Amino acid sequence: METILVLAHTEMDGSLGRPAREAVTGARSLQSRLDGSILIVGLVGVDVKAAADAAAGCGADRFLGVSGAAFAQSRYATDALAAEALCRAAGATLILAPGTSRWCRTLPGVAHRVGGRTDTHATDLSVADDAVSIVRWYYRQRMEATFRRTQRPWVILVDPGCLSPWDGAAGTASLHAVPVEIPAACLRTAVTGLQAPAADAQTIRPDADLLFVAGAGWTKTQPDGKAHTADAAKLILGFLRKSQASLGGSKSLVDLSGEEQAVLPFMTHLNQIGQTGATPRHPKGLATCCHGEEPHAVGWRFISERRAVNLDPNCGWARGKADVLYVADAFAVMAKVNALLAETTPA
Amino acid sequence: MSALFHIVVCGGIVPDPLQTLEPVGSPTGPSLKNELMLPAVLDPWAAHALYEAAHLAKAAPGSKVWLVSLGPKAKLQQVMMTIAQKVPFELVPLDGPGGGFTESAEVGAVLADAIQAIPGLDRSRLLVFGGWESASRGAGSTLQQVGERLGIVDQFQGVDYLGVGPDGVLQILERVEGGKHQASTCAGPPALLGWATGSLPEPPNNPQIGMVNMRTVMPALQRAKPAKVGIEAAGFLRVALPAQRRETRIVKDLPVDDIAQEIVDWIGTK
Repeated sequence: METILVLAHTEMDGSLGRPAREAVTGARSLQSRLDGSILIVGLVGVDVKAAADAAAGCGADRFLGVSGAAFAQSRYATDALAAEALCRAAGATLILAPGTSRWCRTLPGVAHRVGGRTDTHATDLSVADDAVSIVRWYYRQRMEATFRRTQRPWVILVDPGCLSPWDGAAGTASLHAVPVEIPAACLRTAVTGLQAPAADAQTIRPDADLLFVAGAGWTKTQPDGKAHTADAAKLILGFLRKSQASLGGSKSLVDLSGEEQAVLPFMTHLNQIGQTGATPRHPKGLATCCHGEEPHAVGWRFISERRAVNLDPNCGWARGKADVLYVADAFAVMAKVNALLAETTPA
Repeated sequence: MSALFHIVVCGGIVPDPLQTLEPVGSPTGPSLKNELMLPAVLDPWAAHALYEAAHLAKAAPGSKVWLVSLGPKAKLQQVMMTIAQKVPFELVPLDGPGGGFTESAEVGAVLADAIQAIPGLDRSRLLVFGGWESASRGAGSTLQQVGERLGIVDQFQGVDYLGVGPDGVLQILERVEGGKHQASTCAGPPALLGWATGSLPEPPNNPQIGMVNMRTVMPALQRAKPAKVGIEAAGFLRVALPAQRRETRIVKDLPVDDIAQEIVDWIGTK
C-alpha cells in the first residue's frame, strides 16, 4: 500500500501553479490504480491556505502545510527543512512533485535525508502489477527508459508540461500545519530578487504555443557575398514580437554570441536548445537555418508539430524529424511572414 | 578579493556528444553499445564548472582546485590528456563506471567520501562545484546528495554567475523558469554550486599547464581507488532509442509568398 504525497510549493501570489496541479493529476492517477493507497497534499509557502483550498476537491485524504515568511524564498536550506518535515509527517512512500527549479534544487537532497531515492524529469507515470513505473530520458533526450524502484520513499519530480493540470473544484481544505524550526545556519543565504530582460526584450516564453529555433545559418554569408546579421536580428525579433513565440538557438549560434562576435546580441546560452541546452515543450516549432544530425536535433524532441525552413532539402535537422520542410531562403520567407503578421496583429 | 577557497569540482566523463549512442542490455543493467570504445569528454556542464573554479582560484590567491572524477581509469586518462591543458587542478580519480544508468545516490556517496579524504582540505573554505546536470543521466540529483553528506546546506543549481564581494559574501545567479535568473547572496563558504553554462569561454590549450598537471595526474590515476557504483534499486524495464520517424513533406519550388502564407495559417491554427 502506497502513501502518496503531492509535494508542492506555492507561487509568489500564494496560488497553486500549473506544474503543481500537473503533479496532482499524476498523483490522483496513481492513487486510482493502486489499491488501498492514500493521497496527501503537502504545501510549502508563506501562507498555504489558499493553495490548499484550491486543491480541496482533488480527493486528498489529508492536507499538510509548512508556512512562514522564511518559506517565501526559493532557498535550499529552508525548502529542504520544509519538504523533509512534510515527508516525515505524511509517512510518504511515494512523493510526487513538480519539476520546478525550486524543487529540482532541493528534493534530491531531501530524498537523501529521508533515506529514499529520487528520480527527476519524469515524463510519464504508470502502474502495472500493482507497481509504479516511470519514464524518463537519458543521454540528453537521446534514449528513453522505463523503470521502477522497490526502495521507498521514492521522490519523483515530474517535468512540467507532461501531464494535464488538475482543474477540479476549489473548496475549504482542512489544513494541518506542520511546525518547522529554522536554525540560524539555514539563513546564510538570502534571495535578493529575480533578474530578467525587459519585458519587450524577453525572448524565452515557456507558455508560448510556438518555439522559433534560429540556427547558425542566419549569420552565414548570403548570395551577395556578405553576412546580414543585423537584418537577421531585425527579422527574428520582429517575428517574436508579432507571434509571441519563444526563441531557441542552436549551440553553434549561441556559442558565436558568447564569443562576442557581431552576431545576434539577444541570443544567450539561456536560449540554447539541444544536447547542452534546454529541451522545451511547445505545441509547435519552426526551425530556420538549422543544420545538423541527430545529436543536435534533440532540442525539439518535445515539440509536437514541427516545420523547418532550410535551403538544403536533405538537411538532417529536418528530414525525418520535421512534418514539413520548406526549401527556401529564410530571410525572404520570414520577411514575408512578418509582413503578413503585421496585417493581422495590432501594432 | 581577500578570500581563499578550496574548490572541489565534481565532474564525470560522457561519450562525445557527436557519437551515435545505442542502449544494450547486460547482466548488471542497461549500458551503451561499445561503451568503452566511445571517445569520451569531460561532462560539458562540469567542464564549465571547472573553468569557473580555475577563474575564481586565480582571482583569490592561495586558493586551490581539485577535480574529483568518476569513470573507468583508461577513459579518465584519455580525457585528462585534453582537460589537463586547460586549467590548473589536482585530480582525484575514482575508478568505476561512468555511464548514465548508475544510481545517483551511490555516485553521490563515493564522491562525498573522496572529497572528505582529500588531504589538507579546509572544509570551512570549501566550495563544491559541478555541472547542474550531466549529459549522461541528466538527473541533476547527484550534487545535492554530495552536499548533504558533507553537511552543506547552502546549495545552488543552474548557476551562471558567482561573484565574491569585498566582505567575502558570495553573489550568485541561478537559472529559474522563464529565462530568468534568481539572485542570491550567501554569507560565504562552505557552499555547493551546480553550474549551468557560466559566463566563461573554454580556455585555450596551454601545454605548460598541461605539463604541470600531468606530473600529478598520472600518479593519481595509477593510485585511483576502485569505486563500487551500481544501478541498485532501479529496475529497468525498457531502454530504447525513440523510434518515431516523421514523414517529412518536402516543399520545393513554392513561391516565398505562398510559403509565408502557409506558415502564418499554421501558426494561427490551434
